[in-house]
This record gives sequence, structure tokens and C-alpha cells, in this order.
Amino acid sequence: MNITVCIKQVPGTAEVEIDEKTGVLKRNPIDAKMNPYDLYAIETAVRLKEEKNAVVKVITMGPPYAKAVIKEAYMMGADEGCLLTDRKFAGADVLATAYALSQGITRMGDFDLIICGKMTTDGDTAQVGPEIAEYLQIPHVSNVRRIHEINEKSIIVEMDMAESVEIQEVQLPCLITVEKDIYQPRLPSFKLKLKTANRPVQIITFKDLDDKNVMHYGLYGSPTQVLRIFPPEPNTTSEHWEGDGEELGEKLAEKLKELKFV
Amino acid sequence: MAKIIVHQDAIKDRKEVVKVCPFFALEYENDELILNAACKMCNICVKRLPEVFEYVEDTLPEIDKNAWRGIAVYIDHIEGNIHPVSLELIGKAKEMAVRIDHPVYCLVMGDKVHDMAEELLHYGADEVFIYDKPQLYDFRIEPYTAVFENFINRVKPTIVLVGGTTVGRSLAPRVAARFRTGLTADCTTLDVQENTDLDQIRPAYGGNIMAHIHTPNHRPQFATVRYKIFNSPERSETKSGKLTSCSISDEFLISKINVIEIKKKEKLKSIEEADVIVVAGHALRKEEDLSMINELADMLGGMVATTRPLIEAGWTDPRMQIGLSGRTVKPKLIITCGVSGAIQFVAGMNSAEMIIAINSDPKAQIFDVAHYAIIGDIYEVIPRLIEKLKEFKD
Ligand SMILES: Cc1cc2nc3c(=O)[nH]c(=O)nc-3n(C[C@H](O)[C@H](O)[C@H](O)COP(=O)(O)OP(=O)(O)OC[C@H]3O[C@@H](n4cnc5c(N)ncnc54)[C@H](O)[C@@H]3O)c2cc1C
Ligand SMILES: Nc1ncnc2c1ncn2[C@@H]1O[C@H](COP(=O)(O)O)[C@@H](O)[C@H]1O
Repeated sequence: MNITVCIKQVPGTAEVEIDEKTGVLKRNPIDAKMNPYDLYAIETAVRLKEEKNAVVKVITMGPPYAKAVIKEAYMMGADEGCLLTDRKFAGADVLATAYALSQGITRMGDFDLIICGKMTTDGDTAQVGPEIAEYLQIPHVSNVRRIHEINEKSIIVEMDMAESVEIQEVQLPCLITVEKDIYQPRLPSFKLKLKTANRPVQIITFKDLDDKNVMHYGLYGSPTQVLRIFPPEPNTTSEHWEGDGEELGEKLAEKLKELKFV
Repeated sequence: MAKIIVHQDAIKDRKEVVKVCPFFALEYENDELILNAACKMCNICVKRLPEVFEYVEDTLPEIDKNAWRGIAVYIDHIEGNIHPVSLELIGKAKEMAVRIDHPVYCLVMGDKVHDMAEELLHYGADEVFIYDKPQLYDFRIEPYTAVFENFINRVKPTIVLVGGTTVGRSLAPRVAARFRTGLTADCTTLDVQENTDLDQIRPAYGGNIMAHIHTPNHRPQFATVRYKIFNSPERSETKSGKLTSCSISDEFLISKINVIEIKKKEKLKSIEEADVIVVAGHALRKEEDLSMINELADMLGGMVATTRPLIEAGWTDPRMQIGLSGRTVKPKLIITCGVSGAIQFVAGMNSAEMIIAINSDPKAQIFDVAHYAIIGDIYEVIPRLIEKLKEFKD
């Protein structure tokens, strides 16, 4: 069985601030790391591998140094990794990202199951997974919080709905996006780090893909465009209260009464 | 269509120039500075170093925007009840439709959904399209996508709004990809221009920045919106608009998914429905101290919610989390107790009608959004507050 996991490198910190006048980020994120939600996807794949003797491949689309997340996946138990990189992929929105990934996944060979994280912490759209499934013309299930069973033909999963859980049996090949309750991700192992230090990362660029129409990738293949970015608006109307705790408690009680909450 | 051009000879410091990009999208390839796959077209480089980076637009054949008419809302439903987010989207659709003089459409799919569809006529939809088939009883991705596709081909709406529910977030990207068009997730502001371009604003980058996005050359324009971002229109006593039954042939409703069972989750009324919410933050020293927060919430007839650290500590259920990776709430009153106001948290509650924040740190960020900023210790303020509220009750 072949399992492909989509992983992404994201900025290491979410603490960015924008200068309101210039619209420019004040501080740069210091480092990059694996999208935390993708750790659950890798963990899911590695567990299935331990149970079912599968081959786990990971793929990431990003700049050359995104290779780091593939190395990290190796340390968690992934067998093969592929970096999809090319300047022609620059400026990709969800559609163009999903398209390039679907082309890259096809290029990597057979797959029975594709696993994506629930969302990324930089884009946080949770859309890339379903769009990949559409391009590959396979069924998908989002928000999977448990896997009951997998065999050669199908997988039985629990989809997390707001008020209920839907248990679905899906024929393979298919794609799932996993919730973070699914399994606790293991830490990268030092033993595997040594063992995989020299394991190569396959590099796939534009010229390796089946579809060589540049209009389908990167900026040209992106229907959505960012017009501008700006900081969230602060609320200006506010009243500040100081004083001793007891007084404040009383004052607040009076206020709640005045506002008809009691 | 736009791109960023790099003027190589204008680069002064080859090492420094790479750092202008917060997304690490600048690198050298054969001695030439290029934008790599990490580029988000955010234009930060252009703003910082206009002499090096230039934003240029080149024109592509334009699509005929007049061929697409109407604002469509996907009606999400649970057990025969319309999901309230769908009504909120009808409200938003109506508001925008007036400005471009377009109709508002609703798309209802499911099994025996006629009555529910009829109810929508009380909310001002111009036309409700119904796909009523036993195969649509459960949500399964392929038949639902096929119906959506059929609807779009038939109606050709310029804008499609979908609620950010589990179903919506799975379905909208699938349909958008089928039409090779754009989808903007979790919009918090929507507006429409005269030429029917949709202005979409959404938080990005963990909510630290807002991005204004548009889809200038593709139709339909898809957007998802979470529950409680917009206001629900009033239900009117009289009906308006019409119902249209649609058919689709069975071959499109085949699925590789078999729904085995639907289990109810333990019934916990969701915090999204609460009018009053009391939020416990990381200032709580131990799990038992939650009782004080519970008591306050009870006295106000509200629900308790928490920030992420308490969920990570295992003290509270993830369904009680407010924020970017939790729920978005829009209660009439929210009282935060010892919450710092990280942007990821605030993103999920800043549209509450009344925000009262208690925090001992006068510089806490939560005070930026609070209507009443109470600088004090929760262990002093809350017990006294509860005492006083009890007095009122007696
Ligand atoms: C991608 C991403 C998504 C995230 N999503 C969410 C999300 O959905 N929801 C969420 O909540 N967080 C989220 N976070 C985490 C978020 O950044 C913050 O870490 C979190 O909200 C902080 O919770 P807090 O305010 O309870 O804790 P803290 O930041 O530790 O704040 C505690 C506050 O209590 C005050 N305090 C301490 N003692 C007292 C006292 N005795 N009396 C009064 N005040 C006191 C302190 O001054 C401080 O301001 C996310 C983070 C990331 C990176
Ligand atoms: N550039 C990328 N490379 C590989 N996988 C990605 C990429 N972007 C998104 N994904 C996958 O899609 C999921 C959802 O991402 P998003 O739609 O950005 O929230 C992630 O958790 C990944 O599994």
C-alpha cells in the first residue's frame, strides 16, 4: 500500500505585526518549521505503515530549503520524499497549489491513500486537500478524527461534524484530511535521523510534470489575487477601570445590571 | 494578471535584499535574484524596495462578466433544519444583490427538503433551486459536488457563498476546483463592486494580518464564511420568490463512499449559540478554579468558553475553544477572565456586541478590543462580582 502525505513548511512564529502606514510587516518571522497540523498527517501515515506494511511518501511544494520538512518527516518514519519546486510555482493560490501538488503526486507514482493536514498556519484555508482530490478525481473526506479500519480496497473513517460523527467507508484511492485529535504525533527520532541522513529527496520541477502549460501554475494559474494586506482594526471605544479588586467586582455587577444582563 | 519584476542592477546589498521577504521567497539562482515558490504576491518587497521590485500588470483576455448573474447561497442543513449560517449568508447576499441589481438564489439539496426550501421564501430569496433525491440523504462528496456543478451550469451565478461548516468547507473547494475558479475561505467582510467583482477580506497568517482578495477574471467567485460573522435577516411573515425543482440523472449521484452510521456527539450546546459567554484564560492557576467561572456563567445564564492553553492542559473540551483554530462567537456579552488577547483568540470573538475584559496587566492586548477594560485580579474581582450578583437575585 502506498500512502502519500502532503506537508508544508510555514513560518516559525505567528507573531507578525504590520506597520499601519506602510502596510509592511514590522518583524520578520525568524525561522521556518513544519506546519503543526501536518505532523498529525505524518503520524497517521506512519501508524498505518506499522500496521499494514505500507510505503509512506511525503511531498511538499515550496522553495529549496523546504527540504527541511522532508528530512523531518524521514525522522518520523517516512520512506520517501519529494520536493516540488520551481520559480514557475511562485505566487500560487489554493487552486494553483493544489494543481501543482496533484501533478507532483501523480509524478511520484502510485498512491492508495493521500493524507493532508487539517489546515496550514499561514494560509489556514483548509482547502488544498479537497482541491487536490478534485484534480485527481478521487473521493475525499475532510475532518477525519479516527480511522477504524483500512484494507486493500477501502478505508473506514470517522468524519467530525459539528454535532455528530459520520462513519464512512470510502473506496481507495482516496484523500483524507485529518483532525488533530487523531493521534499524538511522535517526536523525530535520533536513530532515524542518523539512518536517514543520506537518504535523498527527489526534486520535481516544472519540466518533470505532465502538464507543461505555465498558465496553470503559480501566479498565472491563480484566480485569486491579494490586493493588499493590512493590520486588523483595533476597537477604539473603550472605558478603563482601575482600583481595588472588590470595588471593581461591585462596579462590574452594577454595570451588568444596568446593561440588563441580570 | 500581475507579476513582480526584479531589477537586478538596482540591488545594492545582495545579502540584505533577500531579507525583505518575510516568506523567504527571495533567493539567488545562477547569480540572479528570483522569486521562488514561496512567493505570495503580497507586494511587501515592492513596498520596501521599490527600486528593485516592480509590480506589473499584463493583460489577459477578459472573461465576459455579464454572462454570470445572481448571488447564490448554498443552504446547509442538519436533520431538516436550516443551518443559521445559511440565513446569515442570504442576508449578506441580499445586501450585495441590491447594489448590482442581481437576484439572490438558494441551492438546497437533500432528501425530502421541500418544506425546508419553502421556509427560505420568508427570508427574501428570489429563487430557491431544489434537488430532492434519496441519494442526497447523507452528505457524500461526489454526488453533492455533481449537484452543485449542475446548479452552477444551469444558473451561472457570479458569486457563490457557502457557510464554513464541516460540509461547506469540504464541498466549496471541491466545486471551486471543478470550475477552475477562486475560493476565499473564512471571509470576514464581503462587498461587491459595480462590475460584480467580489471584495473579500479575510484574516491570514494566523489572524495577524488581514488580506483583501479578489477574483478579477474568473467566475463564479466562491467565498466561505463562518457562522456568526454576518447578521441573519428578519423572518418575514409573507413569502416572496419562487421554488424551482431541478432534476439530475442518477448516474451523477454515484459515490465511492458508503455512510455506515451517524453517531450523535454528546449533546453539548455549542458556544456559538450562547448569548452570554464567560471565558476562562490562562490566568487560572488550577483546574478547580474553573468552578468560579462556571458559577459566574450560570448566574448570567451563559456558557463557559476557554482559550487554547486550557484545552492543551486538558482542563476543558476543544469545543469550548474560541479563536482562529476554535469557534467564532458573536454573543451579546462576553466576559474574558485572565485572557491576554492574542490575535488568534481575538479573531474568534471580536464581533461580540459587548466585550468586558478582566486582566491584571494594564497593557494586555485584550484591552484593545474591550469595551470595558477592568484592570484587576480575577481572584479578587470575580468572587466579589458573584457575591454582588447573588444580592441582586435575592
Ligand atoms: C495558528 C495559531 C492559532 C491559534 N488559535 C488559537 C485559538 O483559536 N484560540 C486561542 O485561545 N488561542 C489560539 N492560539 C494561541 C494564542 O496565540 C495564545 O497563546 C492564547 O490565546 C493565549 O491564551 P490566554 O490569553 O489564556 O493565556 P496567556 O497569553 O498566558 O494570558 C494570560 C493573561 O492573564 C493575565 N493574568 C494572569 N494572572 C491574572 C490574575 N490573577 N488576574 C487577572 N489577570 C491575570 C495575564 O496578564 C495574561 O494577560 C493560536 C496560536 C496560533 C499560533
Ligand atoms: N505547499 C504545500 N505543499 C504540500 N502540502 C500542502 C501545501 N499547502 C497545503 N498543503 C496541504 O494541504 C493542507 C491544507 O492546507 P491549507 O489549505 O493551506 O490550509 C495542509 O495541511 C497540507 O497537508
